[in-house]
Amino acid sequence: MTEGADRGGNALYGPQPDVSGAAGYPDAPPRVGFFTDTSVCIGCKACEVACKEWNAIPEDGLELTGMSYDNTRGLGADTWRHVAFVEQSGPSGGPEVTGDVDVFAAASRLGTAAEPAGPVPLVSPDGRTELRWLMSSDVCKHCTHAGCLDVCPTGSLFRTEFGTVVVQQDICNGCGYCVPACPYGVIGRREGDGRVWKCTLCYDRLGVGLEPACAKSCPTDSIQFGPLDELRERARERVARLHAAGVTDARLYGESPEDGVGGAGAFFLLLDEPEVYGLPPDPQVTTRDLPAMWRHAAAAAVTLAALVLGSCARRKR
Amino acid sequence: MSGSDVTRDGVRGARPGRDAVTGGRAGRRGRRGGRGERPVVPEAEFGSYYGLPVISKPPWEPLDIAGYLYLGGLAGASSLLAAGARLTGRPGLAAPARTAAAGAISLSLAALVHDLGRPARFLYMLRVCKPTSPMSVGSWLLAAYAPLTLTAAATAVAGRYRLLGAAATAGAAVLGPAVATYTAVLLSDTAVPSWHEGHRELPFVFAGSAAGAAAGLALAVAPAGQAGPARRLAVLGTALELGAFHTMKRRMGLAARPFGQGRAGLLVRAAELLSAGGAVLSLCSARDRRLAVAAGAALLAGSAALRFGVFDAGVVSAEDPVYTVLPQRERLEARGSRP
Repeated sequence: MTEGADRGGNALYGPQPDVSGAAGYPDAPPRVGFFTDTSVCIGCKACEVACKEWNAIPEDGLELTGMSYDNTRGLGADTWRHVAFVEQSGPSGGPEVTGDVDVFAAASRLGTAAEPAGPVPLVSPDGRTELRWLMSSDVCKHCTHAGCLDVCPTGSLFRTEFGTVVVQQDICNGCGYCVPACPYGVIGRREGDGRVWKCTLCYDRLGVGLEPACAKSCPTDSIQFGPLDELRERARERVARLHAAGVTDARLYGESPEDGVGGAGAFFLLLDEPEVYGLPPDPQVTTRDLPAMWRHAAAAAVTLAALVLGSCARRKR
Repeated sequence: MSGSDVTRDGVRGARPGRDAVTGGRAGRRGRRGGRGERPVVPEAEFGSYYGLPVISKPPWEPLDIAGYLYLGGLAGASSLLAAGARLTGRPGLAAPARTAAAGAISLSLAALVHDLGRPARFLYMLRVCKPTSPMSVGSWLLAAYAPLTLTAAATAVAGRYRLLGAAATAGAAVLGPAVATYTAVLLSDTAVPSWHEGHRELPFVFAGSAAGAAAGLALAVAPAGQAGPARRLAVLGTALELGAFHTMKRRMGLAARPFGQGRAGLLVRAAELLSAGGAVLSLCSARDRRLAVAAGAALLAGSAALRFGVFDAGVVSAEDPVYTVLPQRERLEARGSRP
């Protein structure tokens, strides 16, 4: 772990406090990212639509999956924001609902001193507790140690001054190596184009001081954009509030700089295990093991040479 | 909202299996009926998002990329064999090995370019040199190695420029082993479980398999009197391949399962039988020309089946979330980060 950190700009693994600086931006602006708070996601897909509109992403098949309201299945070349719909039977993770709840009255008290400190009853029509929907808008994680960027043989994937990861479309040669290298399955190769595409965190908007299209369009502020440090702080507060309100399932995913990708630039507040949303529980950047891989390959190459020379060395027969 | 169709047993009238199975209750979708196969690990219980894959499978055509891996191995080991044969005065063995190296590397470059779609796109590979990208390292390796093998073959055909030919043969022999083993890093440096988990042993598997293929080709073509090194290399290479492959599968845990199931399982099994059979045949091929050809064909086919089997197993492990989620979940729990 320290092995990576010590090498500064070439760190393959571990925490990296100055991502843009290590990538060669001495006076970089603060690193930005997304905090996606799924506890307030209403599954409206405004983010998916806004992303498609702004980035002019082609249509990716108007098909119904039949499994849920999720008809895009996952992230890929033509889906840079993907709203997952998890339909769960069984008791909801929140506190039991008792009696009627006046949501308008509750909403008018939000953020005021009169807001109840104790467990807040979650709204559940008919008092049912046997079914709940989890909705979550997934996106490229813009990892601190990005596998896609590290394995790209053409340098078409690069780190921006904002600490995000972007593909330069005029340089991508469509080798597709970044696709299986991503531990989250984000980046994809576009049919008929051959090149890879993924979320740019609206690099073109950031440059002129705008927030990304998805965050701009999110009606509930489930998608929050800003300096990463600030978002992490805000996320920790939000988790504490949810825990205090009795939503003990709430947890952050991808925010820790100690994790396998050195902390994701886009992290999430989830209400269940990551795999339930289609996210890997403990992702690791593949380049963590790269020094060992090269060592083993070198040893194997020497072994091969020894085998052949040994075979030839014997007397002529 | 009167009379919900949501019951405690699910949604009334809904198609079965449309619920997202989650948490501890989640299980695998019906496992394909085993043909009496012994499961390597017990049935897994894990959560997933409608059984959809977590990571993306590689977007490569098997014929292009598995073929590329195979031909690269054949070429790399053949270059070595050619140099060894030349050094020890076996022109009858050196010639076919040299030709094989040149032919195989040309075909493997063609496969790579076909995968990229346009020939000019290969040049993009040479924009940068990145040790963190096995594809970049490999491109530079090929850019140096391919001209050397072609020069070695061309000077031999022309029968002139002997010094240049000797230098090219020696250079190709130095780079050959790297060409044969870097492809293992190419596969391992991905999030594909059945490739990544084998990153320690896979280079040795590929080295052994490359040796087997090169020995097989030389055995089938070279005169028996000079094919001694090929016979020994067939046995040594196969032993390395099978030994490393066995160790790899044993140490991989759950990610080893795709190597024993479905098409990948068949290919891997065929590879093991063909390589072992070819190695045994090669031992008794010194007197019989037909036996030598059969042994060579078996070794070549075994090496090819191994590459396609390894490729296929990786794709299977990427398509099924169990191979991504379960080992990671176990790793998390072992660390004790979450109850």
